[in-house]
Amino acid sequence: MSKEKLKSDAEETHDVETTGHTWDGIEELNNPLPRWWLWCFYLTIVWGVAYTIAYPAWPLVNSATAGLLGYSTRQEVAQEIQRVEEHNAEVSNKLAQSNLSELSTDDPAYHFGVSGGASVYRAQCSQCHGSGAAGAKGYPNLLDDDWLWGGSLKEIEYTIRHGVRNETDSNAHWSQMPAFGEILDKKQIVSVAEYVLGLSGQDNDPDLASIGQTVFAQNCASCHGDGGEGMREQGAPRLNDAIWLYGDDRASLIETITYSRFGVMPAWGQRLDDADVKALTLYIHQLGGGE
Amino acid sequence: MSILKRHQILERSPTLLFVFSFLVVTIGGIVEIAPLFYLENTIEEVDGVRPYTPLELAGRDVYVREGCYVCHSQMIRPMRDEVERYGHYSLAAESMYDHPFQWGSKRTGPDLARVGGRYSDAWQVDHLNDPQSVVPESIMPKYAFLNDAKLNPDHITDLVKTHRLVGVPYSDEMIENAKADFKAQADPDSDWDGLVERYPGAVVSNFDGQDALTEMDALVAYLQMLGTMVDFSTFTPEASR
Repeated sequence: MSKEKLKSDAEETHDVETTGHTWDGIEELNNPLPRWWLWCFYLTIVWGVAYTIAYPAWPLVNSATAGLLGYSTRQEVAQEIQRVEEHNAEVSNKLAQSNLSELSTDDPAYHFGVSGGASVYRAQCSQCHGSGAAGAKGYPNLLDDDWLWGGSLKEIEYTIRHGVRNETDSNAHWSQMPAFGEILDKKQIVSVAEYVLGLSGQDNDPDLASIGQTVFAQNCASCHGDGGEGMREQGAPRLNDAIWLYGDDRASLIETITYSRFGVMPAWGQRLDDADVKALTLYIHQLGGGE
Repeated sequence: MSILKRHQILERSPTLLFVFSFLVVTIGGIVEIAPLFYLENTIEEVDGVRPYTPLELAGRDVYVREGCYVCHSQMIRPMRDEVERYGHYSLAAESMYDHPFQWGSKRTGPDLARVGGRYSDAWQVDHLNDPQSVVPESIMPKYAFLNDAKLNPDHITDLVKTHRLVGVPYSDEMIENAKADFKAQADPDSDWDGLVERYPGAVVSNFDGQDALTEMDALVAYLQMLGTMVDFSTFTPEASR
């Protein structure tokens, strides 16, 4: 810095008031804050006080002040929910009261149901049945036409509403395959597994399978049918197709026969309202396999 | 002597400055925090909220230890989208026996405040073992080791007592039976009548499907309880709160 510059700085500083603090000959200048900054600062103080008067804030003896505007988050969410419900009331009520099988696919209530059902599905069902509804091991695929408890609108609605083998709804679908490990011996289990492999068109050991056929007729056919065609009243899966919930290989079949399986589905009627259950029914029914 | 001049006395003595700053912060803290302890509308009274069963409490410890709260909140906010997705917004009373609370502040995964009963026990176990086996798009780590971590009931009574010490109303009867209740909840064949009487609504199940009592049992018992205590079909929270 040039000498002239230093000099001019020194001259300038003498125009400014000092705080009176000095140290080693250095003085502290008392430059005021910019006016716009100060005004903003005062404004925030005024705003803060006004805010605590307008909105709930100050703690008193038993409760806090409610605020002049009477604002409440709970009221706000209640109003918001009510606003949407009123907006959808016409189609939503129609859907809730309709007998789904009589609902025409041209009806706005049908479209409302399918798209509403899709969002309910993503929020509530996708965790087990998959976001694309293709299922996972132990959680049925909803895209195909193989249904454990029936694939008509009425049957799908019942399953959604009451669930399967849960403890919370006494109307839930209920059946239980025995754990055949306690009933049959090892060889019988292995041979019936071979027979079932044959039923679903897979390679098997014919000798064992012929033994298995008798075991099957005596132990399995009452629920799964003589030809392994399954029985929906019992939720007994069809065995003469290539669709397997817990795996189609030898080891999985033996595990299933030995220990049995016990798939549980919650009763969604306890968590969703009527319109949502019906919307979900329509969505699942039109995924591909609806009857 | 103006007030600014008097202020110089504080500014020039570090000790005095510290003492007075501390005083200011203390007053601020008291004004903000103390009312929460005596105001009647801080926690509204709600039927059904009970202390956690010993097994749920042990599961909660696993939840805290594994840092589940880092990715999952337990706080459904009063907004329509949250209520649509997760269920009724959370009430203060629902976490009043949490020490510390598990509200969380970040959702990498979904909120768990009402996860109880939404899925089957088997799903919870499958999902904790290998989240991607049921939700392929999930980024949650695997917790299969919980199946092998056997739970020892030796310290469960101490755990319950500790929670009583910090204000959870466990009765003497609950503490006496803590060990028995701890084992009974994961064993449907045992005598669990007393457990359900002491802790209404407690779910008894062999949560992980194994004979041994494991951390998986405890964690799933805890998860299956979350958000199920208040019956919102009979209770409507005061809208003005």
